[in-house]
Amino acid sequence: MKLTGAQILIKMIKAEGVDTIFGYPGGAVIDIYDALAKQVGLKHILVRHEQGAVHAADGYARANKSVGVALVTSGPGATNTVTGIASAHCDSIPLVVFTGQVPTGLIGNDAFQEVDIVGITRPCTKHNYLVKSVEKLAFIIKEAFYLARSGRPGPVLVDLPKDIVQTLVEFEEPGEISLKSYKPTYKPNKKQLNKVVDLISKAERPVIFAGGGVILSQASEELTRLAKMANIPVTASLMGLGAFPGSDPLWLGMLGMHGTYRANMSIGHCDLMIAAGVRFDDRVTGNISKFAPGATIVQIDIDPTSIHKNIEVQIPIVGDCKAALKEIIHLMEEKNFRDLTEKRPEWLSRIREWESAAPLKYEQSYDVIKPQYVIEKLYELTDGKAIITTEVGQNQMWAAQYYHFDEPNHFITSGGLGVMGFGLPAAIGAKVACPDKMVVDVAGDGSIQMNIQELMTAVESKIDVKIVILNNRYLGMVRQWQELFYDKVYSSTNMENAPDFVKLAEAYGATGLRCTKPDQVSRVLAKGLDTQGTVIMEFIVDREESVYPMVPAGGSITEMLLV
Amino acid sequence: MKTNRYLLSILVDDEPGVLSRIAGLFSGRGFNIDSLSVASTAEPNVSRITMVTKCEPQIIEQIKKQLHKLINVITVNDLTDKKYVQRQLALIKVNAQPDKKAEILRIVDIFRCRIVDVGLFHYIIEVSGDTEKHDAIVSLLKPMGIIEIASTGAIALARENGKY
Repeated sequence: MKLTGAQILIKMIKAEGVDTIFGYPGGAVIDIYDALAKQVGLKHILVRHEQGAVHAADGYARANKSVGVALVTSGPGATNTVTGIASAHCDSIPLVVFTGQVPTGLIGNDAFQEVDIVGITRPCTKHNYLVKSVEKLAFIIKEAFYLARSGRPGPVLVDLPKDIVQTLVEFEEPGEISLKSYKPTYKPNKKQLNKVVDLISKAERPVIFAGGGVILSQASEELTRLAKMANIPVTASLMGLGAFPGSDPLWLGMLGMHGTYRANMSIGHCDLMIAAGVRFDDRVTGNISKFAPGATIVQIDIDPTSIHKNIEVQIPIVGDCKAALKEIIHLMEEKNFRDLTEKRPEWLSRIREWESAAPLKYEQSYDVIKPQYVIEKLYELTDGKAIITTEVGQNQMWAAQYYHFDEPNHFITSGGLGVMGFGLPAAIGAKVACPDKMVVDVAGDGSIQMNIQELMTAVESKIDVKIVILNNRYLGMVRQWQELFYDKVYSSTNMENAPDFVKLAEAYGATGLRCTKPDQVSRVLAKGLDTQGTVIMEFIVDREESVYPMVPAGGSITEMLLV
Repeated sequence: MKTNRYLLSILVDDEPGVLSRIAGLFSGRGFNIDSLSVASTAEPNVSRITMVTKCEPQIIEQIKKQLHKLINVITVNDLTDKKYVQRQLALIKVNAQPDKKAEILRIVDIFRCRIVDVGLFHYIIEVSGDTEKHDAIVSLLKPMGIIEIASTGAIALARENGKY
């Protein structure tokens, strides 16, 4: 069967089980778009900016537990994807990004819309390819998907010169992928796991620290089971929220810079830390020398480079989180450590003391809307079951603190890179993946403007996303730092000149609602969530509300500013 | 912190961009490269990169793991604590005034080097050996007036019978 490169591309994407891709056409990919128009089975969502395509693919990948795909043209189309790719790279999200390229013969000649995107994205992709012959195209696409989803997942870029996608060639089904240079370790070392079981049975003050790796390896069930059978409290990084039920009594809340007091104090005083799928980011550890000083640290991660990178650990375990946790549970059952629920009452009561000493709190007001209150009400009205995407800054932290995620894959945020403008396109991707779920983007007035054009994507493609804007007319998180550490010099953080978000929503054909009083919050939220189609709900919130608790950058995580 | 010298022998896919991936990894993460030499091997599509780097002991672990994480890197072998043969090739152009010629020839003889080019007032000397030998001959030739040096990075093979 003879196929063009473009047809091979579509065939191979479908073969990976992908039903929707996000993209934006241009000269170098016009043949691919022509082929897309002449096929059925692969849906294309037209975004309004290439960055949006990659974030949407990211949201899709996370909500769908699969690989997200973006397709863009050469030159500026390709460079516009870089932020999205770098974000997915930091958060280990499996993506395959296809970029157009000028014809092979023109590469290197500074042709129109030519850019060395493979060179540009080398440090922010898991791997990338420039396809130089159409015979290799099918195989490279298969390998790209394999690399994106296996081991520690990540984004893979495939650069497609125009002549390659135009060429007609006899299609050959690519064989199995086997790379001599890439063999991720899934199966953990049993000797190490035995040590963990021993440590668990002896520990007096253990803590489990879950990260994004638990969600990526779909190991929440095992993690929850282990925590409950061994009576170990659980904390999580921003990326790990939802890995353990937020409503469970063993839940400590998030740790780190804006973690709960009890989570950070538990880390400071634990004698055993089981860290699963984490990389000990500086926003988690604060001052490294004061991080879990008295603990034996077990670290489970599929990526050996994550181990001993920032923190020295005593029991390193390279392997898949799910496989490791499963095996630990199995070993504990074998050794009759089945029920440790009676153990460690002292430790748990100490944690309760920390909780009552400094619970997550804010001062309620009857005059002005508190942003935390909006998230609390959103949590209530959606029964804690919505998929929440966020932008970056205060909105992200309040969503993380006050929406108590019970399930994995429900909190979708740009954790590592911290991309403002992530939430709206990511919500679009998540909604495409889970059309029956309520999907809400929690945004700030600053960050929503960074990819506001994607409102048109949502409206056009009838993607029913809800946007909650916590409008404080500031770049709130930077303002908070300026208040605390820069003598209140609010340099370039005042955002009083903003569009009318209600009119803006209407201009795009969406619904806009505004709320200015605390007693209207529930009503506006309920109305917005019930309204069909894309809805912006703007909440005019307390201008100078800050995110607490807070660990000043570089400080010990047990020394928190509480209010 | 104490820094050590490490010698890594890295087998990679012989593909465009591989060197750039490795160089980018080092610059992006702030590791340093002392010397680097790249050439094909007996196996088709496989190249060997021999690299010398100076760093702290815990950094070398990260370097090795990060290198291994690159998809095109097949194996990373740390030869530092193994028995290995190491060579480095240099061409040294040295001033050869008539009154110094005999002395230069004596040094060349002692170090078992070769003279590969002779002019009225210069020699080009070919030196092959480990880093210490290079440093020694350079320091002896310096007083004669070294005009210029071209040198390769170190290359090395483990002494054991087997592939590394």
